[in-house]
Amino acid sequence: MQMQVEKYDLPDARGHFGPYGGVFVAETLQAALLQLNIEYAKAKADPAFVAEIQYELKHYVGRPSPIYHAKRLSEELGGAQIFLKREDLNHTGAHKVNNTVGQALLARRMGKRRVIAETGAGQHGVATATVAARYGMECVVYMGSEDVRRQAQNVYRMNLLGAKVVPVDSGSKTLKDALNEAMRDWVTNVESTFYIIGTVAGPHPYPMMVRDFNSVVGKECLTQMPEITGRQPDVVLACVGGGSNAMGIFYDYIPQTGVRLIGVEAGGDGIATGRHAASLTAGSPGILHGNRTYLIQDANGQISDTHSVSAGLDYPGVGPEHAWLKDSKRAEYVAINDDEALAAFHRLCRTEGIIPALESSHAVAHAMKMAPSMTKENVLLVNLSGRGDKDMATVAERSHAATGYPQ
Amino acid sequence: MSRAASRIANTFERLAREKRKALVPFVTAGDPAPNITVQLMHAMVDAGVDIIELGVPFSDPMADGPVIQRSSERALKFGVGLNDVLAYVSEFRKTNQLTPVVLMGYANPIERMGMQVFAERAGAAGVDGVLVVDYPPEESHELLATMDAAGIDVIYLLSPTSSPERIKLVSVAARGYIYYVSLKGVSGAANIDTSDVESMIAKIRLQTKLPIGVGFGIRDGATAKHIARFADAVVIGSRLIQEMEAATPDTAVEKVRALLKNIRETMDS
Repeated sequence: MQMQVEKYDLPDARGHFGPYGGVFVAETLQAALLQLNIEYAKAKADPAFVAEIQYELKHYVGRPSPIYHAKRLSEELGGAQIFLKREDLNHTGAHKVNNTVGQALLARRMGKRRVIAETGAGQHGVATATVAARYGMECVVYMGSEDVRRQAQNVYRMNLLGAKVVPVDSGSKTLKDALNEAMRDWVTNVESTFYIIGTVAGPHPYPMMVRDFNSVVGKECLTQMPEITGRQPDVVLACVGGGSNAMGIFYDYIPQTGVRLIGVEAGGDGIATGRHAASLTAGSPGILHGNRTYLIQDANGQISDTHSVSAGLDYPGVGPEHAWLKDSKRAEYVAINDDEALAAFHRLCRTEGIIPALESSHAVAHAMKMAPSMTKENVLLVNLSGRGDKDMATVAERSHAATGYPQ
Repeated sequence: MSRAASRIANTFERLAREKRKALVPFVTAGDPAPNITVQLMHAMVDAGVDIIELGVPFSDPMADGPVIQRSSERALKFGVGLNDVLAYVSEFRKTNQLTPVVLMGYANPIERMGMQVFAERAGAAGVDGVLVVDYPPEESHELLATMDAAGIDVIYLLSPTSSPERIKLVSVAARGYIYYVSLKGVSGAANIDTSDVESMIAKIRLQTKLPIGVGFGIRDGATAKHIARFADAVVIGSRLIQEMEAATPDTAVEKVRALLKNIRETMDS
């Protein structure tokens, strides 16, 4: 009953997922995007390129990542069995490296010696700096000055890896502004430079390409879950900021219509307060960063400041494929607020000895909400997209008051 | 497509008869302060400009450099939105029926208002053209049809990296004039290489009879005069905004008037 397969072949040739996606950029970037589109299509069809990525993912990243049965957590909750896809065990500590390996190898194939990236929490910046060092490329990472402050440790890691981190002081000084600045760099240095976008947003072909490179996550789950439990999960959960780890685990499950897909957005202080980053839950369609998607915006169409305890989810847009999966009802999207995510963070630390990223803690929190009302035979699969080492300062600052756990 | 000749077409015809080229200033509506914008528009006309490009503030001006981005942020601090910009144009039109006004900005404020509502309000306000940076021809069929119906020209960009195929695509869609972005980069970047611009304009002229304006990187009268030898219009934006940044709110309008007057005289000399 779970193995019903429906055809799914989005995006179309111009990058549309229904009304979403597309190429909404100035003329100055059109040629570069067209070239990228052509080169990516060629690379994808080249067995040598595919084999090279597979080799790197196995020997450098450490794939496949295991799936772990969180037995103590499941027993405590007294309902569904919770399984964790351990992307936190990848080299660099998150799923982000799946994508940067792919894009850096594409950059090298295209003869580009300089790579640039935007970063929020710093995970994508670190993953980009890592592969740039690995392949001997110059690397510049744009990061909102507010995030530079919040994520000092990742800034230091990028510097160690030889990347130049450029703080961005414009706008809200966070991820969206870093993305604007990286785009400006790319327009200016388009001949020498490859722009490694870190999430399934931006103009076509980025949402498709980043999804493809991360889809190794869901592909592994499709084989691993039957090996471990004898079947596919009832529900797959993942946190959604831009949405790359969620698209990575969702993509191969889209045709498996018996499997529910749930994306968990950042509810911040609560949707009603307006201080959140839940664009699918509380936003409306519009155009930002080269694609049409759900946005958090005001009545004038200005992009609003967002809030989340987790810098990696603090983004006012979302990948256009998620917008389509929401409208087509193939996936559901919910919001988990800061306090719930922090409580889940602590609980996973103490029941399973796993320190999750605050981003991933949102997905864990929603699984914890769902599990008690389900039976012991039900299976929830959570994409544990990253580890929480980077979040120590934030957690220490926030936890005492919010959850009652000691600092 | 048939419709009454636009203010933009009339302006270029008049300039052709006078054997002069269009001087086109860009300023962001609401910068440095909302109560200055209409006054600034009239002062620029006094200084001898032919078409006004009025920037619609946007929170994420991805294709603009730091100068225009700052101007957008200042206007947004005053809460200036698309409705306010249209109100400035209405106000300007009370005493000026001749000078074309082109709104320049990003897609999202228009999408938020709704394409049809925007077309009606812009038409009623006396807007002559729209240049939406992140609506390329492939993604703007609805915009073009709606604006055509409202008698508003949709102006498109071409750039140094535009292929012959894209020049053709843009030439088919374009109304009013074509805006050639003279640099690889964002607005207000380094100085331009005028010989590259000249050869590209020659290529564009093979595909279109529309006037061609050149912008991005023009900072003084001498460059404007040089560009005007082979372009139909010269657009100056970041330089004007920097002039206002160096002034006080009381002197900003006069500073811009003086600068444009100087550029106009150099261009015509």
